[in-house]
Amino acid sequence: MNGIRQIFGIVWILLGLAAGYFLVFEQSLLLFEKGGMDNIVPAIIYTFILAPLLTGGMCVFGLYALQNEYKSND
Amino acid sequence: MNSKLSSEQVDKKKLRKVIAASSVGTLIEWYDFYIFGSLSVVIATKFFPSDNPTAAFLSTLATFAAGFVVRPFGALFFGRLGDLIGRKYTFMVTLLIMGFSTFAIGLIPGYETIGFLAPILVLILRLLQGLALGGEYGGAATYVAEHSEPGKRGYRTAWIQTTASLGLFISLLVILATKKSMSAEAFANFGWRIPFLISIVMVGISYFIRKNMDESPMFEKAKQEGKIVANPLKESFGKKLNFKFVLLALFGATMGQGVVWYTGQFYALSFLQKVANIEFEQSNYIIAASLAGGTGFFIFFGWLSDKIGRKAVMLTGMLLAICTYRPIYQAMYEAADVSLKTEVAGSKVIHTDYYMIPNSVDLKKTVKTEFSYTDGSKLTLEESSLTTIFPGKNPKKPEVKRIVHVGSSSFWLLILLVFIQVLYVTMVYGPIAAFLVEMFPTAIRYTSMSLPYHIGNGIFGGLLPAVATYLAAKASTANEVAVAAGQAIPYDKPYLEGLWYPIIIGGVCFVIGLLYVNGKDKEIND
Repeated sequence: MNGIRQIFGIVWILLGLAAGYFLVFEQSLLLFEKGGMDNIVPAIIYTFILAPLLTGGMCVFGLYALQNEYKSND
Repeated sequence: MNSKLSSEQVDKKKLRKVIAASSVGTLIEWYDFYIFGSLSVVIATKFFPSDNPTAAFLSTLATFAAGFVVRPFGALFFGRLGDLIGRKYTFMVTLLIMGFSTFAIGLIPGYETIGFLAPILVLILRLLQGLALGGEYGGAATYVAEHSEPGKRGYRTAWIQTTASLGLFISLLVILATKKSMSAEAFANFGWRIPFLISIVMVGISYFIRKNMDESPMFEKAKQEGKIVANPLKESFGKKLNFKFVLLALFGATMGQGVVWYTGQFYALSFLQKVANIEFEQSNYIIAASLAGGTGFFIFFGWLSDKIGRKAVMLTGMLLAICTYRPIYQAMYEAADVSLKTEVAGSKVIHTDYYMIPNSVDLKKTVKTEFSYTDGSKLTLEESSLTTIFPGKNPKKPEVKRIVHVGSSSFWLLILLVFIQVLYVTMVYGPIAAFLVEMFPTAIRYTSMSLPYHIGNGIFGGLLPAVATYLAAKASTANEVAVAAGQAIPYDKPYLEGLWYPIIIGGVCFVIGLLYVNGKDKEIND
């Protein structure tokens, strides 16, 4: 089980990177281009809050998983 | 023997007081937070005129910032304070901030009276509400958990968990009761302020109850033993030993819990009103009835988590939710879809009204066409058009509103469908306070548990309505483009597309929870 936990670490890192890419390049940039406050405020939140949180958080979590920080005795 | 029994009874009595004092305060905070959201349409007309771009910007900021950005900051600020000076004083401060902010919103003169100062003041007060909420929950959950005996922590803290749903329920009841007690015009003029103003009475009562409570015994012990850390933020997030559990709490529990909660309580209401077009009052009754029926299950699943483990209960709720959301929302859509019902022959009624808009040359014409169906449902097509009394000017394009009043069988079916979603909410949310409290040591508990909770709920959950609405709108647009181009439509059921957000986030959280969360540990470890 600990081996699976470690391997999945790679999945979480990739998922974090993919989520960041999707939020910034597929969503925020389009919203910035559209303009208007209704689009710009969510775009700022996606770019500066959600993307760093998801990418940073998931990558660190994945890294810890890879380092076997979540190993269990089961 | 007798003295032992008596001591146990005293402890239980004290515990009940602890739970009551914490829960009532948290309930009031949720009530305060929700009435702003529930009255957002009225507030927008009073403080944020849509024809003014700056005011509209402030409105968007008030909606997004208070729900998403500020809550985690409140968690950090008050969490740190709670780990340094104590749980009791910190969550009394958050209660007072919330109460006075809410009361003050009810007193602010409108945009027409004081101009831009009005939306700016509302924004500041709304931000204060978000900050206070960020600090409140962690304090109340920690306070109750640290008073509870081992083996009953899930059950005891579940009372705190009921407060979010009860706060929403009471906010809906107060708004509906205020609306019923006066004319629509009176409510729009001053009645909307009443739910804000009465908050001060509830906060006052709660303050005096909390004031007489003792500090948490675990915090007192840690203080006496000199175990209070000088910098809880650094300890929580700067050390891998603790930070890895903050990340696990977020990605393996609160992220999924946040989306399940927001889907069951908020997206359901938005779906009933905007997609199924069910009238305002009836949709609120459906949500209120489902919440009333489901709230007791927070206690049940909190209790169950003491018996079979937090992980089993929470992950079962999450799995059931992600597997059944699409069929549930399909059934909700069909329950209100009049094209699937039989129209009563000759039931069509047309009313036409004319209304001269004051201080203008515009005339508002409203044509209401009503259709009745054999199951008691009614459909009203309300077509409003503005025209000018001066000849030669083109009338403006009419707006058509579709309002459905569902019959009794569909009404009960909808209550059942929302109730099932509330049940999922109770499964994932009932045990979570105990789960979070047990992950972290006393010295950094308030700080460490508050942040993942508010990121999971405020950010992942809070973004749900916006993201889900965006996904559904994108699917509808793609269908319209395909129809215009004479191609096959890409989305069979565009109204269900928004559900992919909670399904994907919940799915990732479920896998992380299943793989990494320890399902055996139910003790507070220092």
